[in-house]
Amino acid sequence: MTDAERPQGREGLDAESPERHEYDVIVIGAGGAGLRAAIEAREQGLRTAVICKSLFGKAHTVMAEGGIAASMGNANAKDSWQVHFRDTLRGGKFLNNPRMAELHAKEAPQRVWELETYGALFDRTKDGRISQRNFGGHEYPRLAHVGDRTGLELIRTLQQKIVSLQQQDRRETGDYESRLRVFAELTVTDILKDASGAVSGAVGYWRETGRFVHFSAPAIVLATGGIGKSFKVTSNSWEYTGDGHALALRAGAALINMEFIQFHPTGMVWPPSVKGILVTESVRGDGGVLRNSDGKRFMFDYVPDVFRGQYADSEEEADRWYEDPENNKRPPELLPRDEVARAINSEVKEGRGSPHGGVFLDVSTRLPAEEIIRRLPSMHHQFKELADVDITAEPMEVGPTCHYVMGGVEVDADTAATAVPGLYAAGEVAGGMHGSNRLGGNSLSDLLVFGRRAGLGAAEYVAGLGGSRPSTSEADVLAALETALAPYREADENPYALHSEMQQKMNDLVGIIRREGEVREALEVLDELDERAKNVGVQGGRAFNPGWHLALDLRNMLAVCRCVAMAALERTESRGGHTREDFPGMDPKWRGVNLVCTLEGDGGIALRHQPVPEIRQDLLELFERTELAKYLTEGELARRDGPGAAQQSDDGSGA
Amino acid sequence: MSYDARFKVWRGDADGGGLQDYTVEVNEGEVVLDIIHRLQATQAPDLAVRWNCKAGKCGSCSAEVNGRPRLLCMTRMSTFEESQTITVTPLRTFPVQRDLVTDVSFNYQKAREVQAFTPPEDLQPGDYRMQQVDVQRSQEFRKCIECFLCQDVCHVVRDHEDNKQAFAGPRFLMRVAELDMHPLDTADRRPAAREQHGLGYCNITKCCTEVCPEHIKITDNALIPLKERVVDRHYDPVVWLGSKIRRRKD
Ligand SMILES: Cc1cc2nc3c(=O)[nH]c(=O)nc-3n(C[C@H](O)[C@H](O)[C@H](O)COP(=O)(O)OP(=O)(O)OC[C@H]3O[C@@H](n4cnc5c(N)ncnc54)[C@H](O)[C@@H]3O)c2cc1C
Ligand code: SF4
Ligand code: SF4
Ligand code: FES
Repeated sequence: MTDAERPQGREGLDAESPERHEYDVIVIGAGGAGLRAAIEAREQGLRTAVICKSLFGKAHTVMAEGGIAASMGNANAKDSWQVHFRDTLRGGKFLNNPRMAELHAKEAPQRVWELETYGALFDRTKDGRISQRNFGGHEYPRLAHVGDRTGLELIRTLQQKIVSLQQQDRRETGDYESRLRVFAELTVTDILKDASGAVSGAVGYWRETGRFVHFSAPAIVLATGGIGKSFKVTSNSWEYTGDGHALALRAGAALINMEFIQFHPTGMVWPPSVKGILVTESVRGDGGVLRNSDGKRFMFDYVPDVFRGQYADSEEEADRWYEDPENNKRPPELLPRDEVARAINSEVKEGRGSPHGGVFLDVSTRLPAEEIIRRLPSMHHQFKELADVDITAEPMEVGPTCHYVMGGVEVDADTAATAVPGLYAAGEVAGGMHGSNRLGGNSLSDLLVFGRRAGLGAAEYVAGLGGSRPSTSEADVLAALETALAPYREADENPYALHSEMQQKMNDLVGIIRREGEVREALEVLDELDERAKNVGVQGGRAFNPGWHLALDLRNMLAVCRCVAMAALERTESRGGHTREDFPGMDPKWRGVNLVCTLEGDGGIALRHQPVPEIRQDLLELFERTELAKYLTEGELARRDGPGAAQQSDDGSGA
Repeated sequence: MSYDARFKVWRGDADGGGLQDYTVEVNEGEVVLDIIHRLQATQAPDLAVRWNCKAGKCGSCSAEVNGRPRLLCMTRMSTFEESQTITVTPLRTFPVQRDLVTDVSFNYQKAREVQAFTPPEDLQPGDYRMQQVDVQRSQEFRKCIECFLCQDVCHVVRDHEDNKQAFAGPRFLMRVAELDMHPLDTADRRPAAREQHGLGYCNITKCCTEVCPEHIKITDNALIPLKERVVDRHYDPVVWLGSKIRRRKD
């Protein structure tokens, strides 16, 4: 392209008509969820497009380290979907969508085995099956893994499966892209609907050239991942600007559980430029322990009552567990992430932190050096290259980092359908599955289980439409392009400065520990940032212009931050990824409440309460009554016991 | 702890461009990508650079630092003298799109040309059995983050545009080797390695191995063994058959 042809900001919109494409389904996102959805849609016979902001194979999923949870029972034959389901609900503090948790636990093993047929090479057990490792909150060793680069294996495997389908299409049609095409480095800015409110397509731009693209399609699967880039200290990449959350809101779908954000307990804290980068939980799963500046293994002081029976009381017992898990309780370092993150936060606050404001995570005194390098190669590499720390010889310094958003688009568990006809969502962008807190390893399995279901759901929907497809008005397309060009205005608010202010404020005011006054202050800051965002001005052409890209992402992040703050203010209890200093306890009355955000006609966000879907009787019976009593209200317990069962107790042995 | 460093960054696009001078603050512990980001935020808001993870895991931020192919996010500023001028240019082997961003579609085309994993037809999901020692060799190659630094540095294509047609490059020859060593792959990959992917162009200079940020022994563990097997087959197809059958049994 010569300079004259390259779009230069606003000018040229009249002269330039967007590139046009037509598909049966478009999948926005090429991480685990998006790729699995695309594979399914294509295998169901749909012409499928996958769109992603970065290069093919670079999505966030690539960063996942520890593993993928599935109760295959390779390491301990006692594992089953029921035990996995139970662990998932405990981790989510019973706020999970129970149907999602059930489908997830049941289908995860099939989804993992299927990866082997695509070419994945997991680490093996002695008898040649997929090896499984321990992880926080999982009762048995359950995480299939490849060293500490499981996400890379997952994404490369799915990427290579896509290639294999394209090879098949080429053999049949002469064209690799006749049924399945990847549009890489293309950002979607809006979803389009027809007059009846059904999905009709989407608009986006090529990052390389800035040229606009208009896709027509009756079905869209959102698989855009999370929102971490709204926070200052995060393990997430630049892609995590909550685009899918905001696209769904603007299209008329609802977001649930947005107050629940997972702060991973162990991010790097030093040097500043790597602050937030993840230190995988496998370090603890494989024997690593947390110590404060007094050298004390402080986690023993932080086992909450609901978990008392499952975690060791002494270092001796905890250490024996690694060898003999049958007869010993687990080390408290392996409590669910929210518990560990809060504990680290308190230790640091009370002055027992490490020199750079974290605590010590030590594996060097626990395993021989060769073993550390074999089991945790990328951690060894990461600390050596980025922090000059040799983890085989000295402890790491770690502290909490914003890692995962449990909240997301409200979907139907079985089909991944949202409230908007034709719109589906799967993966981190969807809400409900993990309740108030996600267990490690449960995301990668979630991506596959619900990615596939979203592809199926979309295929059924498209088939049901017959020949008639929703159409888009040209005016709507043009309006979407106008919105995308809006930052090319004569104004001088700097998008980078605005972004970094937002990150700092979210971290400080709606971070790991929340207080009413601060969350209110955050909402005021967001009002102000919304105003200033109207005056963001960008310079330069539209070809690969990161200033322009960020200006567009800001709109999404601001909407998402508002949902987070509003829900965080409303929920007056502490549960999972939402900790209110002014309401430290877990309140059974809140257990049954989802907070739901939708967009109002005037552009504001509305928040309402909605009951959490009920847990089916047979699923409730998987738990002991005494455990349920810690979470459920009296009324709910009475319903579980049923009429005439008032005296019955501790009968839940269904596992 | 902080100081001002001198940088030369290539700015331009397919129509041309050149090195531009910047003076920019550097703080303790920073990597070159931090400095590029600081330039974006303070002096050059439209400076184009690719990156994702900033942790050496995604392979997006490949460029050349003082002429050497590197990941910008894993190149620490402390490896340079404070007085040194640091030059950052786009990968030379691929067409430039803008500034530090190049068109790497060559690699995706080559990826598509390698026949996919071909498992035994009757093997059901859940029934795959493989020993750790047998998967380990292919696992090494699957550490690849597709940064394409090896593709960039390999002299077969670095300054020879015309070889690109016939040569898949170290990354994708290694992919062929990976599948060839997969205990359950049933395809004979050796004819294609020679005839389609241009294995013969490689004269084992090991430059690819030297730049690999994952420290994969591309030449020693993938390319040389693949060459040996291709030669074997060339002279004696029975050897190949035997090796596959033996491998299946254990
Ligand atoms: C460091 C780290 C380690 C982790 N380790 C584990 C682990 O061990 N086990 C586990 O289960 N989970 C882990 N997680 C969580 C898990 O990796 C993520 O939740 C999961 O990968 C999200 O996958 P996804 O498919 O939903 O989205 P992603 O993989 O993030 O993909 C999102 C896709 O959407 C695209 N996209 C976004 N917005 C747009 C737009 N506007 N237009 C076009 N495309 C768009 C992006 O380009 C990308 O392709 C980890 C997370 C991190 C950060
Ligand atoms: S060893 Fe072969 S593939 Fe690697 S750089 Fe040298 S010629 Fe290229
Ligand atoms: S083999 Fe190494 S250098 Fe080549 S693309 Fe893979 S990670 Fe990069
Ligand atoms: S940004 Fe991912 S490797 Fe550098």
